Amino acid sequence: MDEKRDDLHSSVHATHPVVGTELTFGSVTDKISAIVLKRKTPIGWFIGFAVSFALFQLMMLAIVKLVFVGIGEWGVNIPIGWGMDILNFVWWIGIGHAGTLISAILLLLRQKWRTSINRFAEAMTLFAVAQAGLYPIMHLGRPWLAYWLFPYPNTMGIWPQFRSPLMWDVFAVSTYATVSALFWFVGLIPDFATLRDRANSKPFRVIYGMLAMGWRGSARHWHRYETAYLLLAGLATPLVLSVHTIVSFDFAVGIIPGWHATIFPPYFVAGAIYAGFAMVLLLTIPLRKIYGLQSFITMRHMNNMAKVMLATGLIVFYGYLIEAFFGWYSGNQYERFMIWNRMHGPYGHYYWALIFCNGLTPQLLWFKKIRANLMWLWLISVVVSIGMWLERFVIVVTSLHRDFLPSSWGMYKPSQWDWAMYIGTIGFFFALLFLFIRFLPMISIFEMRTILPEAEVEE
Amino acid sequence: MKGKPHPHLYGVMAQFDNPSALVAAARETYEAGYRQINGYSPFPIEELSEAIGFRRTALPLIVLIGGIIGGLGGFFMQYWMEVIDYPINVGGKPFNSWPAFIPITFECTVLVAAFSAVLGMLALNKLPQPYHPVFNAPNFALATRDSFFLVIESKDPKFDHDEAVRFLRRLEPREVIDVEL
Repeated sequence: MDEKRDDLHSSVHATHPVVGTELTFGSVTDKISAIVLKRKTPIGWFIGFAVSFALFQLMMLAIVKLVFVGIGEWGVNIPIGWGMDILNFVWWIGIGHAGTLISAILLLLRQKWRTSINRFAEAMTLFAVAQAGLYPIMHLGRPWLAYWLFPYPNTMGIWPQFRSPLMWDVFAVSTYATVSALFWFVGLIPDFATLRDRANSKPFRVIYGMLAMGWRGSARHWHRYETAYLLLAGLATPLVLSVHTIVSFDFAVGIIPGWHATIFPPYFVAGAIYAGFAMVLLLTIPLRKIYGLQSFITMRHMNNMAKVMLATGLIVFYGYLIEAFFGWYSGNQYERFMIWNRMHGPYGHYYWALIFCNGLTPQLLWFKKIRANLMWLWLISVVVSIGMWLERFVIVVTSLHRDFLPSSWGMYKPSQWDWAMYIGTIGFFFALLFLFIRFLPMISIFEMRTILPEAEVEE
Repeated sequence: MKGKPHPHLYGVMAQFDNPSALVAAARETYEAGYRQINGYSPFPIEELSEAIGFRRTALPLIVLIGGIIGGLGGFFMQYWMEVIDYPINVGGKPFNSWPAFIPITFECTVLVAAFSAVLGMLALNKLPQPYHPVFNAPNFALATRDSFFLVIESKDPKFDHDEAVRFLRRLEPREVIDVEL
């Protein structure tokens, strides 16, 4: 039995290895560090960076306009007080979750394949959380007073209201951003040392040298380092689950039909992982081709990520079905109306588009042929990313626009500045990613060394 | 036998080509009675820290204490603000609505524990440390690429320069060199 399983295992490994078999300690080091230190920056990088930086300027323009005029610039108004700002906040923070899942949870589960994508996914997390954080701050109306959210001694002698999920959110998101940054930086220290020792020019040597903090690969240091890394992973795992749980409390604690549901925390967490993996695929498929990283990020990674997407996609779809069931089974006329309105109301087409994107499209991933086809995978990731945006639109907007009293119903249309802000944050996100792949090793070099066959210690 | 003092010598260093050779050499060196030894490698090798006799670190304890401080600090911060310093009746809930304080208590636990893990690791490793004698070794830049090093430090009570060099040569390294302070 065991032998059979081993055979099966080795055949899977032979067809889809985690790393290319031709790699050695030296070639792994040289290949990844050369992207930062030696290789000519591809022309596509300059074009990509220029476009995303231009879009980033659009975001700055949108923010200037917002600070100048106020949030009347946006399409939000009572009854839809939360529009693109909050749905984009949830969209971005959800994308971030895949990075922590890959770097922390898969580390604890000893999934070796995570090694070549974790650095990149963590960077994606940080940059996505940065975008997410912008939205609630801008939505305050007076963003320069955002520090009021934190409990600091002030002349008014008052404190924040800690019974509110919005306060929990402040702590959850800021803790998440901080811990993700710490985790990322700790992971980079040995690679900074590698870059320091490989850099040809003095400025690079000095900068990477300072960031490496004198790392020298001592066995005692490695021992403590590994302990710290493992403990951080253990801390980040419940943290990532708590963050999206708390984000879902922002809705679930409210009494609006369509928000007030106990299924929200698990369904939000699964949706976050689903959206995040879609974004990782969306980004790594072109990246590995442009930089020739096929022996690092192999088809095994693509296949595994597609499977995680399928599994979490099914949980999300189950969430939609259960929401509809709750609406019917509750016997509550407001809940029933909410579901009916979602499907057949003025925003009905959003709902059906959502079912198409997140319910039907991921079913394609059952087929091995599709999981092995990068074009298909990339297209599915795009559809899923749109689907997850639609999901938040449906939750935020259609729940708010028709609540208990028909006299207080309304409609929501995002303004051009809503779109400018959204497109701008996408630009900011990509601008940061472009800088990251140019100046930092996008694959963890030292962790790649550990999974090579020659890293095995023979007694 | 007590070694001569070596005012300008940090230790002697042997260079190996693969992790197995380094671990085997480290084990033999430890068994030969050397205690002030250290290995250097481009990636973490579990067996290596065992081989040089380094097994325990206080880091988990530091993280535990950090987590406890964060948790208690987070809870009692809210308790003090909402119950003692400025009690406000919100929706008829009790001043000490402890279940509502749990999410922030949890976040504070994780935050302080994570900082303890990172800062504790750096502090125990005495990093940042801009200068260290091993960087004087000409080949040491390869310790972050594909080379493995073993050092017997001169502060080892058993250390005698010629004896240590002879001993390391027997382990068939690529080369053995002196590391200046």
